[in-house]
Amino acid sequence: MKKLTNKDELQALRQQAQQEIAERNQNKNRIIVGMGTCGIAAGAQDVVNEILKELQRRHITNVEVVRTGCIGMCEREVLIDVVRAGEDRVTYGQVVPRDIPRIIGEHIVNGRIVEDMVVGRLTAV
Amino acid sequence: MTFYRGHLLVCGGEGCTSSGCNEVHGAFREAMRKKKIEDEIKIVQTGCHGYCEKGPLVVVYPEGVMYNRVGVKDASEIVNEHLVKGKPVTRLFLTDPISVDQVPKYEELDLFRKQHRIALRNCGMMDPDSVNEYIARGGYSGLAKMLDTMQPAEVVNEIKESGLRGRGGGGFPTATKWEFCSKAKSNKKYIICNADEGDPGAFMDRSLLEGDPHSVLEGMIIAGYAIGADEGYLYIRAEYPLAIKRIRNAINQAKELGLLGENILGSGFNMELKIKEGAGAFVCGEETALIASIEGERGVPRSRPPFPAIKGLFGKPTIINNVETLANIPYIIDQGAQTFASVGTDKSKGTKVFALTGKVKNSGLVEVPMGISVREIVYEIGGGTFEGKKFKAVQTGGPSGGCLPESKLDLPIDYDSLASAGTIMGSGGLVVMDEDSCMIDVAKYFLTFTRKESCGKCTPCREGTMRLLEMLEKITAGEGEMADLDRLERLAKTIKTSALCGLGQTAPNPILSTLQYFRKEYETHIKDKKCPAGVCQALFFYRIDDHICVGCGVCIKACPTDAIEGERKQAHHLDMEKCIKCGGCVDACPFHAVIKE
Ligand SMILES: Cc1cc2nc3c(=O)[nH]c(=O)nc-3n(C[C@H](O)[C@H](O)[C@H](O)COP(=O)(O)O)c2cc1C
Ligand code: SF4
Ligand code: SF4
Ligand code: SF4
Ligand code: FES
Ligand code: FES
Repeated sequence: MKKLTNKDELQALRQQAQQEIAERNQNKNRIIVGMGTCGIAAGAQDVVNEILKELQRRHITNVEVVRTGCIGMCEREVLIDVVRAGEDRVTYGQVVPRDIPRIIGEHIVNGRIVEDMVVGRLTAV
Repeated sequence: MTFYRGHLLVCGGEGCTSSGCNEVHGAFREAMRKKKIEDEIKIVQTGCHGYCEKGPLVVVYPEGVMYNRVGVKDASEIVNEHLVKGKPVTRLFLTDPISVDQVPKYEELDLFRKQHRIALRNCGMMDPDSVNEYIARGGYSGLAKMLDTMQPAEVVNEIKESGLRGRGGGGFPTATKWEFCSKAKSNKKYIICNADEGDPGAFMDRSLLEGDPHSVLEGMIIAGYAIGADEGYLYIRAEYPLAIKRIRNAINQAKELGLLGENILGSGFNMELKIKEGAGAFVCGEETALIASIEGERGVPRSRPPFPAIKGLFGKPTIINNVETLANIPYIIDQGAQTFASVGTDKSKGTKVFALTGKVKNSGLVEVPMGISVREIVYEIGGGTFEGKKFKAVQTGGPSGGCLPESKLDLPIDYDSLASAGTIMGSGGLVVMDEDSCMIDVAKYFLTFTRKESCGKCTPCREGTMRLLEMLEKITAGEGEMADLDRLERLAKTIKTSALCGLGQTAPNPILSTLQYFRKEYETHIKDKKCPAGVCQALFFYRIDDHICVGCGVCIKACPTDAIEGERKQAHHLDMEKCIKCGGCVDACPFHAVIKE
């Protein structure tokens, strides 16, 4: 990475990063996994592994798996958010690896929210 | 190329094949041919949806309606009703195809409705390992703005106008502390981030470090600039390995980008930040002990003054701020003091993060505007106590805090009103208790903690907490006398005023506040030898009600000490001498014949 030497360069990097994120949000589906200590303690790593496996099984390549920190609902960990390109972000709680094929199949593939596991929804960011 | 007005997806995965999807596929083809719509709707065979136990699955697009357990005889109904008439066959729905709008939005969830996120603004919203995402969300623009346009004194002033007070417990005005240090003359100054977080039950600092490490770093760089420091430490307890890892990564990224290190953003300002892992002693959160610990000494407090702002780390002027305090700083500089100060109460501005736990339905981390009432937090955010249980108290401020009774539910939460009610904000633990909690037991719990964590340097704390604990134990054992209450109170007040550091000075708070609000409960323990909550083991016993007992013998198997005897079909008896009060028989008895009294 190139060192930033003034405010304008930071501003330019910010715009570039925003642009990249906006493009990603438009064109890519995302699965965001809560990987704070509580999340990991609740088994987030196993869930991530299952997500990657399931995506591979179905030859799905347009999904990005990213992590995030604590959102405050630690009791409902493992929390994963599913965002279909351009759509709202839906949070699922108390997810175990067994739920992953269903969440990916229903939500990512068919765009149908798995209602019984939903914790909440965030307006698209 | 042919255009279809719709698609019908029949799952052809392994699971569905075994439950007969091929026949179903054929039936659809046949039904569509009959209705002459085979050119309008395309049948597609798909791979597994991952829902095989509900298979065969059929999805109709463009509506995206999913049918499950579709049999051969359902095909014509779906074709006739849905594809021809446009009426979905609801009886085959998996769940009602609830539209996306019906999922509650975060803003509508109890846990989020009353929140106002400033410190936690990025937590859960970005990848903590990506500096680009932080920058995209406005990160480091406060720093850039400051370096470009503000003198150190102006930074201090901006913080002063924001009204920010330290989130680490005491609530001391941040700007006053900074100003003190910025005026100290020295060739070297330090900024320290206190991430010791020793309060049992609190984890907001950890979550911030893990979820938004750059905010904390940015806050430290800004603070360093304001006071004239060029070096800083993050004192993080070693039990927080993930927080340490994320901060380390964030430091590296910030350095690579020239946001940390030499000549930050070309401004000529330098800042070096290092991590110091703490061994995890509660007293090491105290400023002077923390400094000693970084210097490689034993983490023991020393008397103040001189305050660290004048004579701190390695004898140099030093500012210590809490993680949450620091996470607020970039927001204030970037958004302006007024934006921050528009939230909160007169003397407590902004928000506070609480770790809401105990006997509430929704627990978790919540960030709320100062001035919100205890009731709003417990009932509207926390969803109240569990079914059928009565609210009893809320404990704030961790081991240094106190308990508030039901009559204080409408107290606005800010530094001063909590203090005047006999407790403190502390670092933000909020433990809700219901009728099953014994307040003397609660006081005992916190005192056990502080006594264990006392460093032993001064007598009031070392000996005093021991004596306090002994008296509490005496009372919970049913051996207390009324005179003990006065003794407790007197000793508690003495320790408060004579202990050397904050640990000892606040250790008696749980006792004093429970004595203030729950004195009756102490008296019941002493006079009636009863624990109304049924917690203090010595003060209750089990009895089998011989009118209810049917003599089934189930309890005998549950009892680890053979305390129960009886003939089959005759009322059983419980030997109180042998009973260790494990409660096993209570849970086991199908007739609720075992009574606690
Ligand atoms: C026994 C004891 C433990 C403390 N533990 C912490 C702690 O874990 N984290 C913290 O930020 N402050 C803790 N404090 C308060 C700090 O000494 C100090 O006041 C605070 O870090 C200052 O930061 P602030 O002004 O941003 O609140 C503790 C104080 C005492 C007396
Ligand atoms: S008050 Fe307690 S913890 Fe503080 S210096 Fe004295 S003995 Fe140590
Ligand atoms: S409380 Fe435990 S020890 Fe006592 S009688 Fe019941 S099962 Fe036995
Ligand atoms: S389980 Fe209950 S009903 Fe059965 S013998 Fe024991 S006390 Fe009596
Ligand atoms: S760690 Fe995931 S919500 Fe707290
Ligand atoms: S094979 Fe059809 S859902 Fe799995």
